[in-house]
Amino acid sequence: MAPTPPATAPAGPGPAAPPQDEARQALDRFDRAVAAETRIEPRDWMPDAYRATLVRQIAQHAHSEIIGMQPEANWITRAPSLRRKAILIAKVQDEAGHGLYLYSAAETLGVSREELLDRLHSGRQKYSSIFNYPTLTWADVGAIGWLVDGAAITNQVPLCRCSYGPYARAMVRICKEESFHQRQGYELLLALSRGTPAQHAMAQDAVNRWWWPSLMMFGPPDAESEHSARSMAWNIKRHSNDELRQRFVDICVPQAETLGLTLPDPELRWNEERGHWDHGPIDWEEFRAVLRGQGPCNAQRLEQRRRAHREGAWVREAAAAYAARHGAGGGTPAGPEGR
Amino acid sequence: MTDTEPGRDWPLWEVFVRGRRGLSHTHAGSLHAPDAVMALRNARDLYTRRGEGVSVWVVPAAAITASSPDERDAFFEPAADKPYRHPTFYEIPEGVRHL
Amino acid sequence: MSAVAAALPLADDALVLSHRLAEWLGHAPELEEELALANISLDLLGQARACYALLGDEDALAYRREEREFRNLQLVEQPNGDFAHTITRQLFFSVWQELLFGRVTGTGPPAAVAAKAVKETAYHRDHAEQWTLRLGDGTEESHRRTQRAVDALWRYTGELFQPLEGLDIAMEPLRRDWRARIGDILARATLTMPEGPDADAWSAGAGRQGVHTESFGRMLAEMQHLHRSHPGAVW
Repeated sequence: MAPTPPATAPAGPGPAAPPQDEARQALDRFDRAVAAETRIEPRDWMPDAYRATLVRQIAQHAHSEIIGMQPEANWITRAPSLRRKAILIAKVQDEAGHGLYLYSAAETLGVSREELLDRLHSGRQKYSSIFNYPTLTWADVGAIGWLVDGAAITNQVPLCRCSYGPYARAMVRICKEESFHQRQGYELLLALSRGTPAQHAMAQDAVNRWWWPSLMMFGPPDAESEHSARSMAWNIKRHSNDELRQRFVDICVPQAETLGLTLPDPELRWNEERGHWDHGPIDWEEFRAVLRGQGPCNAQRLEQRRRAHREGAWVREAAAAYAARHGAGGGTPAGPEGR
Repeated sequence: MTDTEPGRDWPLWEVFVRGRRGLSHTHAGSLHAPDAVMALRNARDLYTRRGEGVSVWVVPAAAITASSPDERDAFFEPAADKPYRHPTFYEIPEGVRHL
Repeated sequence: MSAVAAALPLADDALVLSHRLAEWLGHAPELEEELALANISLDLLGQARACYALLGDEDALAYRREEREFRNLQLVEQPNGDFAHTITRQLFFSVWQELLFGRVTGTGPPAAVAAKAVKETAYHRDHAEQWTLRLGDGTEESHRRTQRAVDALWRYTGELFQPLEGLDIAMEPLRRDWRARIGDILARATLTMPEGPDADAWSAGAGRQGVHTESFGRMLAEMQHLHRSHPGAVW
């Protein structure tokens, strides 16, 4: 699962000009619908800034899914058993599928997939920074499933109730399909942790490297998050970054214990008063540096994406040319088989 | 820099899947494909890979005519005040059966 | 000879081709095609596992045999090349596999595997056929690339018709059917059927004899290294 982009991206178009009477009525209707938990659908009137926020968020989410294929696909050819190989192929395939669902949801807002891919390839839109970290060992596949997918699920489950219908529907499908992603990661790590000393060490090393970047996936602290408040008012976002991060930490601590692995935070302790686990400070300087493009894999991930697109161009053109010559039916009658 | 050449995009298709025999096709989502034959295969690969379907339709998204939200009141409100179309409108003495 | 003997070469074909197709993930020409190639890869991996299960431990068979012990066709181990190369490899193999599995009779374990696989294979053949038509009859560039792939891979097709130990299937009629189908698809795709030799002039043999091409060793090295680095480990 790719994480929901945290609310840190550059702002979309500013607020529209002062509304005329008709526009004000439309805005009132929109606000009432959102407040009443009615879903907004593609052809409904919506404020420009709402549309821009959604396009940015859904596109980043879609980009994260397809860039997120790379770190895991890195291990498909080396998966150490046929069972693990099948699981990993199916998982990476799901990520392509989820990217596809999300691009489709974004397209309902009037922007084409081609345009969105172009924004990704030219660096105008971001994907989740977590995928700019390398997968150095097989255990990283497990750590991504457990921690990265776990963080993403924590972020994404509330999005199934997002105010924009197509996005919410895509998220329902994605969350349903992803239920296996986190579990396979946890199971993989458990097998390593209970395996040979070398396997156990491999698992601990992966958790050491992925724990902090996973916490960063929830985005900057609430006080610094520029778009959170507005997204929450629009029911695009349901919980604050810190709230979700805390939920994730509370879930992970006992899970790590069962795994027999240590989370790399000496300050992690139960706070009786708050009823939550306290954790140590997050290195936001690292977060910002990776976001700026200084992560270990930023250039590599983007270049692979661009290359795949560039090298696929002649294939897409060939199919389009064939369709133009033989008709959009593809040379075979394709009517429904009867109702 | 752009890697794309406009005008070469594959068109958008809407996908309808029959979950099992006896059910009607319902909208599952959309995808891109160069033509109908490939759209059908892409739909199978994308929307039925967990055994979600026994039959698939694909329709060019451009071929769908939809009612407009602006016409929503004119289209759909007149149906709201005709409760006599629903069986619960009618009072039947208790004990009458098979009605 | 037991029919189970055929399970090894068939499993190796499926495993190796599955592995090659999985190398595409993250590199496919369009998102929809990522899904399609992964589906075919997973089908083949499933076939391989079902066949290995007839013979012993699947991981021992996949990860702890040496290159010379693998019995897969040289065709399936060929590197992916461009998309036309991969599709042509798919076309040559899936047409053969569909014809072969359609002829496996009886009720033994290999027949059960073949009965399931023949449906998957029909879909794989259809996928390869549809793409061959579009690439062959698409643009000048796609035509050129696809004809180049057909010509380059032709030399690995003769091996498809070596008899398979344990399967009582006459290979000459199968070869005729295969050539007829491939000829028809290539013609519809405006491509030319090669006339050159379809096998190496080297008596050491080919994949079925455990003689492979150079890139296969590197593929296996990558596939097996982690498993072999941790003897006895459970994953």
